[in-house]
Amino acid sequence: MERVPVLKIGDILLVSIQIDMEDQVALQLQEDLADKIVVTGCHGVIIDISALDIVDSFVGRTLATIASVSKVLDADTVVVGMRPAVAITLVELGLSLPGIRTALNVELGMKLLAQEREQYELDLEDEDEEPAVSTR
Amino acid sequence: MTTWDGAAAAERVAIISDQDVVRVRQLVRTLAVAVKLSLVDQTKIVTAASELARNTLVYGGGGNAEVSRVDNGRKPGIRIVFADEGPGIPDLDLALTDGYTTGGGMGLGLSGARRLVDEFEIDTEVGKGTTISVTKWCR
Repeated sequence: MERVPVLKIGDILLVSIQIDMEDQVALQLQEDLADKIVVTGCHGVIIDISALDIVDSFVGRTLATIASVSKVLDADTVVVGMRPAVAITLVELGLSLPGIRTALNVELGMKLLAQEREQYELDLEDEDEEPAVSTR
Repeated sequence: MTTWDGAAAAERVAIISDQDVVRVRQLVRTLAVAVKLSLVDQTKIVTAASELARNTLVYGGGGNAEVSRVDNGRKPGIRIVFADEGPGIPDLDLALTDGYTTGGGMGLGLSGARRLVDEFEIDTEVGKGTTISVTKWCR
């Protein structure tokens, strides 16, 4: 069975899907990514689907699951590079991919992840600075 | 190698594994390009074929797909007939409802595929099997 490689670049895991995936390959990718997030402690995942000429409900659901699992493991997912015809078809199919962040290309995806991380860390600092709740 | 040059060119693919679903997608894509469907229409028919091929495998317990070039005298098109000898669909209206699933999917396969094609015919009988025919015409 073929496997989709997961590359680590700084604090980000990059996946570029270049093959017409069998369902099992998509499920394997889901597992590989979850493992890699935990092993590397990366906080961002970018999935490049610019080479995919279709996204059906199975692949759509797999992308949604990957995003949810990543979130639970403290990583944000951005799907990048969706072709216009794929976007039109997905919406008509009835899949609007709620909960999935998208960007037009890898570069914009990396920017989005960096901004989110920055915001997240600022929020954490704010919480630390809040005065302790006094009890009477 | 498929050439699709004959008027009645048709090719049949057995659907018994994940790999066959990929094979159906590739065959449909090749023909969709050959009959000169627009890029969006190519994407729609390949996506619909992928959904229905997976249904044939998962719900029908396997079957086959016949992919053929069709012509209604005014324009060419592509037709795919999926057939299985599985359990059949007891409640067709329900099965065609968005979000209804018995297989743990999203319940968009059948209803979504229907939206992506120009013609959609389904023939199903409990205990006998299901045949679904979809057609996409060039504009």
